[in-house]
Amino acid sequence: MKFDTPATSNPIDQLKVVGHPVDRIDGPRKTTGTAPYAYERHDVARNQAYGHVLGAGIGKGRVTAMDTAAARAAPGVVAIVTTLDMPRLEKGPRNTASLFGGPDVQHYHQAIAVVVAETFEQARDAAAMIRVEYARQPGRFDLAAEGPKAQLASAESGEGGAAPQEDRTGDFEGAFARAPVKLDETYTTPDESHAMMEPHATIAAWDGETLTLWTSNQMIAWGRTDVAKTLGIPEENVRLDSPFIGGGFGGKLFLRADAVLAALGAKAARRPVKLALARPLMANNTTHRPATIQRIRIGAQPDGRITAIAHESLSGDLEGGGPETAVAQTKLLYAGANRLTAMRLAVLDLPEGNAMRAPGEAPGLMALEVAMDEMAERLGIDPIAFRVVNDTQVDPEAPDRPFSQRQLIECLRTGAERFGWSRRSATPGQRREGRWLVGMGVAAGFRNNLVMASGARVRLDGSGGVTVETDMTDIGTGSYTIIAQTAAEMMGVPLDRVTVRLGDSSFPVSAGSGGQWGGNSSTAGVYAACVKLREAVAQRLGFNSAEAVFADGEVRAGNHSAPLGQAAGADGMVAEDTIEYGDLAKRYQQSTFAGHFVEVGVDAATGETRVRRMLAVCAAGRILNPKSARSQVIGAMTMGVGAALMEELAVDKRHGFFVNHDLAGYEVPVHADIPHQEVIFLDEVDPISSPMKAKGVGELGICGVGAAVANAMYNATGVRLRDYPMTLDKMIDRLPQVV
Amino acid sequence: MRVNGDVRAIQLDTRTTLLDALREHLQLTGSKKGCDHGQCGACTVMVNGQRIYSCLTLAVMHDGDAITTIEGLGQPGNLHPMQAAFVRHDGYQCGYCTPGQICASVAALEEIKAGVPSHVTADLMAMPQVTAEELRERMSGNICRCGAYSNIVDAITEVAGRQA
Ligand code: FES
Ligand code: FES
Repeated sequence: MKFDTPATSNPIDQLKVVGHPVDRIDGPRKTTGTAPYAYERHDVARNQAYGHVLGAGIGKGRVTAMDTAAARAAPGVVAIVTTLDMPRLEKGPRNTASLFGGPDVQHYHQAIAVVVAETFEQARDAAAMIRVEYARQPGRFDLAAEGPKAQLASAESGEGGAAPQEDRTGDFEGAFARAPVKLDETYTTPDESHAMMEPHATIAAWDGETLTLWTSNQMIAWGRTDVAKTLGIPEENVRLDSPFIGGGFGGKLFLRADAVLAALGAKAARRPVKLALARPLMANNTTHRPATIQRIRIGAQPDGRITAIAHESLSGDLEGGGPETAVAQTKLLYAGANRLTAMRLAVLDLPEGNAMRAPGEAPGLMALEVAMDEMAERLGIDPIAFRVVNDTQVDPEAPDRPFSQRQLIECLRTGAERFGWSRRSATPGQRREGRWLVGMGVAAGFRNNLVMASGARVRLDGSGGVTVETDMTDIGTGSYTIIAQTAAEMMGVPLDRVTVRLGDSSFPVSAGSGGQWGGNSSTAGVYAACVKLREAVAQRLGFNSAEAVFADGEVRAGNHSAPLGQAAGADGMVAEDTIEYGDLAKRYQQSTFAGHFVEVGVDAATGETRVRRMLAVCAAGRILNPKSARSQVIGAMTMGVGAALMEELAVDKRHGFFVNHDLAGYEVPVHADIPHQEVIFLDEVDPISSPMKAKGVGELGICGVGAAVANAMYNATGVRLRDYPMTLDKMIDRLPQVV
Repeated sequence: MRVNGDVRAIQLDTRTTLLDALREHLQLTGSKKGCDHGQCGACTVMVNGQRIYSCLTLAVMHDGDAITTIEGLGQPGNLHPMQAAFVRHDGYQCGYCTPGQICASVAALEEIKAGVPSHVTADLMAMPQVTAEELRERMSGNICRCGAYSNIVDAITEVAGRQA
């Protein structure tokens, strides 16, 4: 089905099942431990051996020798494959660093061997017996130091935000020079780790020339293509299966070493191999969100109207990699006639930078929305009023391109009302409660809505049951449930008559899970397949398909009605289709918006910050399931608190690696860090987006949260921090003198 | 060991953790491995009624012990009240930390009932209460990177209210 004109009314609008906060259909399995994740598939292949991956112990250089004699002689060892056994493997277009093969080490903990043994303990211990000799080379590990050599770079984040290397509208420099009120500040965000709870894991089994991978991957079709390319085998010979994924956040968008080394290990061992990346390997072996240094300049009239806005970002990556697209939102979020955005990319020899939840916007808004708060203060205008003055209903760089929907002002006003914004003192450091300095902060949330082609197959059986198959994944997002809701609505059956099967590359190719496009796009694909199935059913029953109503397990047209199962007959009926998109995304800017509100207490003596209240008001199209959508938002808010207050991969600039590469050293929010969180979804349907009239929401929730925390900390203390994470050591010597 | 009520006799490598004994040898994969280093809580089970990180203890240390895993609390169609509350409150997303969160929740309520104080218990002589602050403190050994904390605390609070 081609979606190239705005949606009119369709069966989804009935909202009998869609739009309701139903419990997740996979909930009973997840809460009883019976949902099978990749490493747990004891049933899928017999005689599984255990693999253990060894990572390089240098940041840059070459492996000159590997002595595996002791490891090979160790008890239980079945096979060892080292990086010196083969030339560097091909890589898919989505990987920057090589996943295996050849003597060169491009980054720390790059995989250099896999040991296969009868047991996990044997594989791990034998791996520790491999003696590796390296020729270390000097590397570039310091982003700030490499900054002056950085080149202008454009990018698609691969997962959303995109920006050309330099973009100019009007005359930024002239307008900025003339502006009566201005700001010119620099903000830094650190490298961050996805730290999803389930490590990258794969079971690989060869059957002759065909390879099956039970793995944990957000994008099944990408994974399949890239496995084929990397191993040099035909794509038809590769099957991936990922029914349950223990979190991804972008870290499992791409093929990673677990899948490649399980496949190579299984080939060498001539039996199935299972392996997981050990937690301490993950931060350096896999991808991370790159650090940024962002300069923002804003010029405005005394009434608050922005006349000049510039956002420039520096980030680093391996040779051949791309920049963090931190300036993307600044192209669209606020009005202003004279604009400049630019990205520079430094070559670094640190592990590969790549997409992490809301790449671009997440760190970009951590800078922009603090700058907006600072600018509002300089203007003497309330931060919400300042954003309202600079709202735009059209793409500021192309004014003939309207937003399909844009309720940013409503988000901010609704939130202000609900949060008690009027109780905030514009002068910082005014509210004291015992040992706590208390403040409130606000930030706008913004994330583009992307649409992706997505296919599904829908089967109707003789009893009226419906089965949906698509290679879409559920990474905690609620895909199982919203897909079932979509099929139930379309086919007029109760939710419990729908079975959903996901994550298998033998199913139709879907949008996959990334860039907050998954929910809207994958359900639109199911919608398309259901439309086809409805037509086939009506035709078989001899009903006029335009009139046919599917409800209560029946099909009705005029005076006729028939049970759905009757049309299917004993053999059942199947329909398959893919939703594809026309140029609506070009003609209209499709984005999602939020107002984030945070209240913090900062310890007057230690500078420790505690988040006390959080509210997000979101405008993101039709909300397909308010319960699971709310969870996406609170989860993203939680990650936003982490980015604001604690998350940072510490770079060892001499040896070139992330030092705190486990869950003890890399701190993420725990229960004690997170208060009750409130989420409000504004009523919105967006017929420009898809037949579902929905948009993405999973990443919107993180966009702006960090800045709201920063602004609340400033309001509490009068101390402005521009260097994330905002740990107490950056605050303590600047705290106001209080008695 | 007695695992979820059944006596299980297994021969193991002395290096095998309780977690791997459960997941790999008994194929009870409900207990999760998030870190294998005592840093995340995904592997939480109950040993003789007390919660423990099963990755931080060797299986051979549990000769004769009674182990309860998520599989022993309830099954699909026969959910433990805490499991049902997690479903109702959407106290999870990807589900990978969930068995550990649920085992820890059940044990934490028992600890409060038994009068065991926590870091945030103001009065060590008084019985600790089921407050959001107590629950957050007691559950902080269980990371949820999906960030379902707010809903998890709601789920536990509901179960505690019903128990009281
Ligand atoms: S797996 Fe045991 S604490 Fe993480
Ligand atoms: S539900 Fe994913 S880590 Fe908790």
